Amino acid sequence: MSAEQVLPEVATVHWRQRVDADKLVRDARLWTVTTTAHVVPFVAVAGTMVALQPLAAPVSAIALAHAWIIPELYAQRGANVVRPRRKGDVAAEDRAVGFLGDLVDHEARELHARTGLVLEEGSLGIWLMGEAGALLVRRGSKRVYCYCVRASDPDLPSGDRIAHLLLALRADEQGFATVANLAFSGARWRVRRRLEPQLRPALDAAVRRAYD
Amino acid sequence: MDQTGHTTLAEWSTEDPAAVEAAVEAFRRELGRGYYGVVTTGPGQAEMVRDLPVDADLVIMRAPIAGG
Repeated sequence: MSAEQVLPEVATVHWRQRVDADKLVRDARLWTVTTTAHVVPFVAVAGTMVALQPLAAPVSAIALAHAWIIPELYAQRGANVVRPRRKGDVAAEDRAVGFLGDLVDHEARELHARTGLVLEEGSLGIWLMGEAGALLVRRGSKRVYCYCVRASDPDLPSGDRIAHLLLALRADEQGFATVANLAFSGARWRVRRRLEPQLRPALDAAVRRAYD
Repeated sequence: MDQTGHTTLAEWSTEDPAAVEAAVEAFRRELGRGYYGVVTTGPGQAEMVRDLPVDADLVIMRAPIAGG
């Protein structure tokens, strides 16, 4: 890619390694290790306590609850990146959605109308673009990457917020993923059940595309 | 793309030098405001432009993005 086509915003995060397929694999491993490091001590404590003193079972249960809830909180953070925001002026929203519709194909338009998310196929995987974040489903993988990223103008209608992100993604996908903050990387099922119900069909569609 | 949904900043034709000049001026003004010029180059593809491509059908000014 020519220097001219690198997202200028990448300069604001110059210390970050540019995201590519290898970087995504490393990020995924890091998330797995981090989650394991959070969960294993609690499970070990729970098991040890019951082994030493069966009456400590309630404390063990609390430790196990911690082991369960920490990955869930991370997944919730991931799902939150595509949570719909409050809509503003109706006319502006309609215009913005119309403009966004011109940028995508019929299938993506229809999915956006149902879920509020835009499906976009990239070289890194299948993206679901929201107003202030994006989900990336890797091809042939059961993992989802949740990125927190937004257009700089907070007063934009939702359709425009997605369109700005979509254009940046199309111009430089790796740069887009580099600028965005990785909020979570983990099992698809974990993210799916934390998504608001109307968003889940979008993730299902992205997964189907990832396995096509 | 702005708070109103979108606004047409300029319309031009290559046969109308005055309109082209006005469009170039509008383009530079938006660059000065921190926006970036983007041209769609095909389905799912876009290219950033630093100068107004006068032969393009549509040039979109996109806002900078940042990690949230």
